[in-house]
Amino acid sequence: MTQLWDFSGGIHPAENKQQSTARPIRTAGLPERLILPLQQHIGDPAEPLVEVGERVLKGQKIADVTVGMGVPVHAPTSGVIESIAEMPVPHPSGLNDWCITLKPDGEDQWRERHPVTDYRSLDREAVLGIIHEAGISGMGGAGFPTDIKLRPPKDRKVDTLILNGAECEPYITADDMTMREKATEVVAGLKVMAWILRPERCVIGIEDNKPEAIEAMQKACEGTQIEIAVIPTKYPSGGEKQLIRVLTGQEVPSAGIPADIGVMCQNIGTAVAVARAVFDDSPLISRIVTITGEAVREPGTFDALIGTPIDYLLEQAGVEPQKVNRLVLGGPMMGYTLTTTAVPVTKTTNCVIAATEAELPAPPPEQPCIRCGQCAEVCPMELLPQQLFWYSKSGEFEKAEHLNLFDCIECGACSYVCPSSIPLVQYYRYAKGEIRVQRAEQIKADRARERFEARQARLEREQQEKEQRRKERAKAAAEAQAKKQAEAEKAAASGEAVDERAAKAALVQQALERKKAKAAKASPEASAHTATSEDKPDVEALEKQLSQAKSKLDTMQGMLDDAKAQQADNVDKLERAVAKNHDRVQRAEQALADARKALAGTTESQTSD
Amino acid sequence: MWTGILIAVAVLLALAVVFGGLLGFASERFKVEGNPLVDQIDALLPQTQCGQCGFPGCRPYAEAIAQGEAINKCPPGGESTIKALADLLDVEPQPLDSEHGVEQARRVAVIREDECIGCTKCIQACPVDAILGAAKHMHTVIESECTGCDLCVEPCPVDCIDMVTIEPDIRTWTWTPPRSGIIATDRQGASA
Repeated sequence: MTQLWDFSGGIHPAENKQQSTARPIRTAGLPERLILPLQQHIGDPAEPLVEVGERVLKGQKIADVTVGMGVPVHAPTSGVIESIAEMPVPHPSGLNDWCITLKPDGEDQWRERHPVTDYRSLDREAVLGIIHEAGISGMGGAGFPTDIKLRPPKDRKVDTLILNGAECEPYITADDMTMREKATEVVAGLKVMAWILRPERCVIGIEDNKPEAIEAMQKACEGTQIEIAVIPTKYPSGGEKQLIRVLTGQEVPSAGIPADIGVMCQNIGTAVAVARAVFDDSPLISRIVTITGEAVREPGTFDALIGTPIDYLLEQAGVEPQKVNRLVLGGPMMGYTLTTTAVPVTKTTNCVIAATEAELPAPPPEQPCIRCGQCAEVCPMELLPQQLFWYSKSGEFEKAEHLNLFDCIECGACSYVCPSSIPLVQYYRYAKGEIRVQRAEQIKADRARERFEARQARLEREQQEKEQRRKERAKAAAEAQAKKQAEAEKAAASGEAVDERAAKAALVQQALERKKAKAAKASPEASAHTATSEDKPDVEALEKQLSQAKSKLDTMQGMLDDAKAQQADNVDKLERAVAKNHDRVQRAEQALADARKALAGTTESQTSD
Repeated sequence: MWTGILIAVAVLLALAVVFGGLLGFASERFKVEGNPLVDQIDALLPQTQCGQCGFPGCRPYAEAIAQGEAINKCPPGGESTIKALADLLDVEPQPLDSEHGVEQARRVAVIREDECIGCTKCIQACPVDAILGAAKHMHTVIESECTGCDLCVEPCPVDCIDMVTIEPDIRTWTWTPPRSGIIATDRQGASA
């Protein structure tokens, strides 16, 4: 016998389970339309992979989550995609969400399937991949992606794997019927999960008000090491933390997860889905739903395709619309009222109660708290519901948070026992929502501040850079100005120098002219010859003079030679004349050379200027 | 007797000098940069940077509050901000000064993109750089970063910016508080 512990608090509401366990699970059949919400799990919504008008096969992936956490959605039967639009979905807000509508063609034609016969030969990651691809998320209510849950943090080892068959909430019998009729599949799925996690202990916790289920499971588990723990019926023993407490005596730390204490809880329906995914390659396209309440003639459990509208199921159960006063999705403790029957069955839908007015009457008006303390006695989380109520009502959310408001599992036990009919859980939900909104706003405000400050810094920097550039430009302009001025000054200075030289040259010229004039006075002949060369070095003229003088000398020489040959008396005269002409030629040559030199000097001085 | 008094005076003087020096050193050594109260106030303001309070941003208003400015000039923050500020500063909460605007549901700016002429005026006006675009190219608002401050609406020369109230969708929805006010005797229709 498994050792059991008890959790504090808890209540014993009327079970109302026998109505829906009287009949075996019925197959709901094919409705006219299947409405498949893109988000049926915790995390990010899936993105459609199909287009309107496209024909899809049974089990085909029609939406997937590519970014973030989530699981894909599959077509529950073959048919044509009719629309992708916002439709009513099961949600306490009553708001619409994006859904793919599939019109079944009745052929129920499967896509190609590749069942795994021996999963043990596969890699654990590959099996987790199969579970992810099958779109399995927790089917107990929260809808956390199962493949992620089956990957506990690296530093945590799961010693105890618990299969939660407690199903403590009144009216709900989906897990009970599953265990009765599909025990082998439950065990097969549990074995796959156990193989992935390798725990030391595997327990199936079942409340003692389900003897048939217990018997079926015990039979299915024969020869295995799986324990069947029969636990006393007490609401909310099916709460994850409560069941862990009952089966292991350990407490999940506040704000922690069961893996922190080496425990993991999985739902009965999830185990079946895992078994089907691995052994049949069948994704999560159907689930067991309880349809009950006094307003239906044949309450029971249905094996319904995901996406089946609730009104279709109600019809199958023989609903009497005039008797329906309130339609509750989930159990009477934690469920919420549906505003329309057009919403579909999702992966987390376990029960629909079509209640008459007498069955689930409208809650009586809230009365003042009389501080009786009954709520604190029944609280399974050992919180202070009264204090939480005061703070939630008065908007002192910080104080409520301080009293571990977020540990509240919203089981509704406090509201159930409250003699003043205070809707305590609704206050807590409201306070939690407000705190989450405030946190989100704080994060947004912080980011806005960061962006604002970054922008201010950037503007300042830009201003500085502008200023810097302006300064640099001004500096460069000033430098250029100074340089220009300096150059102008330099140019002016060099201009003066040129003038000075010119003046000197002029003076020299004048002096030369005076000297020439003197020389001309002294020897007008010579000056006549040299005047031009001195005055203006005319090389051509000088050359002419030279050639003339030379030819004259030649003729003189010839005449002298003739005279010598003739033995004339004018030889002496002629000899003096020749000598004189010789001198003249020499002088002419000298003058020419001087003139050339002077010319070269002038051109030189001209180029240097 | 005189020596006793003198000794006492000298000892006290010495002590005064020593402790004075210590305190002086400590005040310099452990000096707090800036006013920490401004940071605390700034943390409570909604950071829309809208300037409706008359100050160019939330931080300048926080500085002004630290200097004694009224705490009821922030319409985006509304009653909750006033209450938080009153708690922090230990003053009486006042109703929102309607001169600076009224509390509104959270909004975001949306540019009607086909009407945008790409003038960049809104980009320059946005205090949190939440508008994306370039000159002569269409601009658009990064919705997640928009604080709904309204500052981009005025500079737009073609009036193509709308302020749109954010409707709660299924992912932002939260539970409402239970309706109260009726008492048991109301329901039964009994009269006193």
